[in-house]
Amino acid sequence: MNANELARIAARTRAEALTMIHNASTGHTGGAMSATDILTVLYYDVMNVDPKRPDDPKRDRFFMSKGHSCEPYYAILADRGFFPRSELATFSQAGSRIIGHPNNKVPGVEVCTGALGHGLPVAVGAALGAKRTGQKYKTYVVMGDGEQAEGSVWEAAMAGANYKLDNLFAVVDQNGLQISGPTKNVMALDDLAAKWRAFGWDVCEADGNDMQALLDYFHAEHKQGKPHCLIAHTVKGKGLPFAEGKPEWHHKVPNDEQLQEAYRALGVEEVDFND
Amino acid sequence: MTKSTVRGAFTAELLALAKKDRSLYALATDSRGSVTLTAFADELPSQFVECGIAEQDAVGIAAGLANAGLRPFVCGPACFYSMRSAEQVKADVSYSHMNVKIIGVSGGVSYGALGSTHHSTQDIALMRALPGMEVYLPSDAVQMRALTRYLASSNEPAYVRMGRGPVPEIYTEKDFFTPGKAVKLLDGKDAAVIACGEMVYWATEAARILNEKGIHISVYDMFTIKPLDEEAIMEAAGTGFVLTVEEHAVYGGLGGAVAEVLSQKKPTRMRILGLPDEKVYTGKSEEVFRHYGLDGEGIAKAVREGLKK
Ligand SMILES: [Mg+2]
Repeated sequence: MNANELARIAARTRAEALTMIHNASTGHTGGAMSATDILTVLYYDVMNVDPKRPDDPKRDRFFMSKGHSCEPYYAILADRGFFPRSELATFSQAGSRIIGHPNNKVPGVEVCTGALGHGLPVAVGAALGAKRTGQKYKTYVVMGDGEQAEGSVWEAAMAGANYKLDNLFAVVDQNGLQISGPTKNVMALDDLAAKWRAFGWDVCEADGNDMQALLDYFHAEHKQGKPHCLIAHTVKGKGLPFAEGKPEWHHKVPNDEQLQEAYRALGVEEVDFND
Repeated sequence: MTKSTVRGAFTAELLALAKKDRSLYALATDSRGSVTLTAFADELPSQFVECGIAEQDAVGIAAGLANAGLRPFVCGPACFYSMRSAEQVKADVSYSHMNVKIIGVSGGVSYGALGSTHHSTQDIALMRALPGMEVYLPSDAVQMRALTRYLASSNEPAYVRMGRGPVPEIYTEKDFFTPGKAVKLLDGKDAAVIACGEMVYWATEAARILNEKGIHISVYDMFTIKPLDEEAIMEAAGTGFVLTVEEHAVYGGLGGAVAEVLSQKKPTRMRILGLPDEKVYTGKSEEVFRHYGLDGEGIAKAVREGLKK
């Protein structure tokens, strides 16, 4: 799929994710918007997944380690046909399986995530399992930059390099912010790419809100013998004029006017959750 | 009486099974020696995963291997798997319902003089509170071999705790074990002792001591903490006094599980014998058991006290 088509899907996904948050009066707006382009490229272009066969052993594996950014993830899974779009209207409602962190009762979601620092170890296991058994699928995981402070991330980073998992792609959604403020003020990451390189990974950096840059990255030849890390430089709240780069939008909910303003900015007329 | 280690029985059985079923994996955290997995690692290197000293990572990796269609057993000291990686067990295994078996060795106070950092005396409480986790405390090597065969064929997540040193063999290969079904080892009408793990042998010792004084007790091996055998507990309550015995804190373990059943279904006089709310006394397992009255004499004394009231 070309970058323009993907950008149109991402704009619609952002509008849907924001509508879910608006309807439920809860959600994680900022990180959802920064990660939407990465998720869009993976689910509409890069990954081999079949919504009709969510348990197909040959499927590529995806783990949303920054589980709080679940709204665009659910919107994409529904749009791809993993479950009815109408279920998006139940987001965070009592009894819904579409809850505020990825829930593997939802078709297409591999494990329950949201406790930070859990996604990469599981992804390492899935990638190692593929290597050991000669399965050809690839494994993808998206982490946050605030999440990089979790020690378990680095335990798994060591294991991924130790087992030379070149079938594993970790993307860090580096939006520079976390719930308390700028990441550099909360727990400085300094040269994050250098850290991943020092842990033995094949590291690239790209604009994580630029579809062409993301396409170029995933379609490039990747080094053999090392796991891959993409430091994706993103903008928290991307696409929402009132939220971009504002830490308070980590989990702020848009009001009616802001929702309409977002639709206009995204070029989306309206959102419905009809099947 | 023949003595053998439960961990040795586990690893020998797992190795034999894994030679036939290539989906069975063993993971270790620099613990292959202490678990007795060296032979497994040497003979089946492609089914063995060394995770380094990183229990959180090991449990996550195991969940990922299960996601890849494999059947992983994560093996290492019970103290670390029940605490350091508790959140991975909760989120990646229990709530995600992944087929991962957590095998805690050198559990309870069996690390002895290494002290409380290496004791695991809250693990039953923690593991049995997690949705869908099965919890087993085998009492001898024979039972462990049977349990390993069950675990290798089951799709449910489970936690197993075993000790370190050799323990007396209670069973023979003819004995049969079913998850959710306690083993009634002795039948007596005066009182009932429900025990698990290494305490089962000491409960039978207590029964022998009491027998000489004309007191006849029933002894149940509740190796299956979850699923729990409620029927056996109700039957035990028929004696009028139930004593639970465990190598675990007196909070939330076997005693707690039995009390949950009896207090709601058949209020019965009972006493929970275990490790008190204090930094645990240190010594060899048997010395710690004696100190806290968890040996034959101590259990017999607790039964006599219970019967007096
Ligand atoms: Mg961030």
